[in-house]
Amino acid sequence: MKNMTMVQAINNALEIVLTENEKVVLYGEDVGVEGGVFRVSAGLQEKFGEKRVFDSPLAESGIAGTAVGMAATGLKPIIEMQFSGFSYHAFHQIINQVSRIRNRSRGRHTAPIVIRMPYGGGIKAPEHHSESMEVLYAAIPGLKVVIPSTPHDAKGLLIDAVRGEDPVVFMEPKRLYRSVKQEIQEEEYSIPIGKASVVQEGSDITLISYGASMKEARKASDTAQKKGISVELIDIRSIYPLDRSTIGESVRKTGRVLVVHEGPESYGPGAEVLTTVIDEAFLYLEAPPRRLSGFDTIAPYPQGEEWYIHTPERIVYELQRLVEY
Amino acid sequence: MDIAAYDPLNETPYQILDAQGKVILDHWEQSLSDSELIEAFKNMLFVRQFDTMAISYQRQGRMYTYPPNLGQEALSVASGSVLQKTDWMVPSVREMGAWYMKGVSLKELFLYYRGHEIAQRFEQANRIMPITVPIASQIPHAAGVGYGIKFHGEKAVVLTFIGDGGTSEGDFHEALNFAAVWKVPLITVIQNNHYAISLPVHKQTASKTLAAKSLSYGMPGIRVDGNDYIAMHEVLSGSIDYARQGNGPVLIEALTYRRGAHTTSDDPKKYRTQEEEQEWEPKDPVNRLRSFLVHKNIWNPDEEAELIEGYRKEIDTQFLEAEQYPPHSLDDVFAYMFSELPPELEAQKQEYQDYLNATAQEPQK
Repeated sequence: MKNMTMVQAINNALEIVLTENEKVVLYGEDVGVEGGVFRVSAGLQEKFGEKRVFDSPLAESGIAGTAVGMAATGLKPIIEMQFSGFSYHAFHQIINQVSRIRNRSRGRHTAPIVIRMPYGGGIKAPEHHSESMEVLYAAIPGLKVVIPSTPHDAKGLLIDAVRGEDPVVFMEPKRLYRSVKQEIQEEEYSIPIGKASVVQEGSDITLISYGASMKEARKASDTAQKKGISVELIDIRSIYPLDRSTIGESVRKTGRVLVVHEGPESYGPGAEVLTTVIDEAFLYLEAPPRRLSGFDTIAPYPQGEEWYIHTPERIVYELQRLVEY
Repeated sequence: MDIAAYDPLNETPYQILDAQGKVILDHWEQSLSDSELIEAFKNMLFVRQFDTMAISYQRQGRMYTYPPNLGQEALSVASGSVLQKTDWMVPSVREMGAWYMKGVSLKELFLYYRGHEIAQRFEQANRIMPITVPIASQIPHAAGVGYGIKFHGEKAVVLTFIGDGGTSEGDFHEALNFAAVWKVPLITVIQNNHYAISLPVHKQTASKTLAAKSLSYGMPGIRVDGNDYIAMHEVLSGSIDYARQGNGPVLIEALTYRRGAHTTSDDPKKYRTQEEEQEWEPKDPVNRLRSFLVHKNIWNPDEEAELIEGYRKEIDTQFLEAEQYPPHSLDDVFAYMFSELPPELEAQKQEYQDYLNATAQEPQK
């Protein structure tokens, strides 16, 4: 076991998959010599050479598009979008190509590419560096979308993503990159994509979140427990596919649900989770299913961030309202 | 031919045969054998039959939208002929001669234009990507295939196509830049057929030639008469030799003219004159190669009618096979989204199946 930040855990996962599969290549902007702007790939070029870990020219569509071709020749590309806010340059390659090659060629070709991208706010960064638009990728047929919230999960889910045969958008909550440390095993292990994690069992209300927001959700859950509210906390971890049965099972037990996420509210992941609740637990509900998300606004610049990212206090307030409904 | 020595800014295309099929170069040695040239001519003739019959099937309501190839057969057949089995092809949308020579069956092509997705497995062809419709998005794939070839230490090359309009897309630029920086064995053939649907090439770019764009990426570029089979073949062979030897990518601008409509849904009368269309008629690639062969006394045009009749029979047989192919099933809609169906898709399929079972209906076709 070793105490690791999420950055170290992802680096460790990358080292494991590069070691176990010689077809894995890792590339993107500043990924090689510099080890990525967040140092997620630090030391990997030195270890695996420039042929397998390398810098690309500055062009996101080119990065995603070349990965499709590499995959056709049998390589297993892991590509990095330096910030999710720049991934839209690659959007058409992702929605028109990466997600469709298997279907278009009826299984003759596949594009099991892992697209890593840091997302979300909270690090006082310029415009385009703080948004949470995972819903865009989750809405694309043919993609899996994963967002870990702990070093342990980040490592296990990334290894599963790379070993899998499908394209995965792997979004990394940058404000949790270094703020949390966790004892995790250094050897390989994987966590299957599509399974939620019940972080804490409870009986009064189900609190569902993922990624960066899990930090506040955990704190809120602790505070609520102290106030006598028994919270069942679920980290869905996989935005698509979504572990609908775990969500249904929990809400059938608690009868109340609050979803918390960072991105905009309308048509957001909260809507999908709550639809699942209605499908799976309609007759068990004791309060209206509720979501707490970012506004339908542009993610604010550093000075406005505190209005946008919900505090544990706000989450506790909403939990209380639902329990007292 | 030394591709790297060519000036991509030269507006006069590399050409060997004039419109009458006469050799215009003073010192030229035929590199292809007579029988290879006859074979090439027959392939062009065959592609032309496929093309006219495809349009006719579409007009009869037996096929959906189709992009005619008329007038562009030389460059596509030449492209198909220069590739070895281990080489890759990354298609655009209007070079069916090249796909055919790579091994794609007519039946599959007909299935594709009949809207059946199974077509693009391209079962008989190896190392060819499926057709991708969004313009230029295939060029980064080709650059990536090139990286893969290099990574695996193969001696193969990858050939891709794009139209004149596609050179305005960001992906064209990004991919060629990647390919040059990574020095991958990529040959990009621009089919400059003078129109991107309705937009003439002079409104597409202010560049003197499209080949000139190669200069900014640091790769050789050449403008060639794409309606001159022999010139096209020489340029392609030279480019492939260059790339195969590990020198990096090459950009070829092949001048041609789309004599037909953009697709069967398009009407060129809206954006170009009949005079212009007539100007290009004598430069037709099939007629030009025929004239060359006839001058050489190695081809008797009187034999063509019988040949064509045979081609048409073969094409029609394959079309009928495509027509009789089993329809797309409900399972087919879901089967290739992921390596395994996730619970969401399983549930969506099951829900629809339950509805069908409950109402005892056959899936709608």
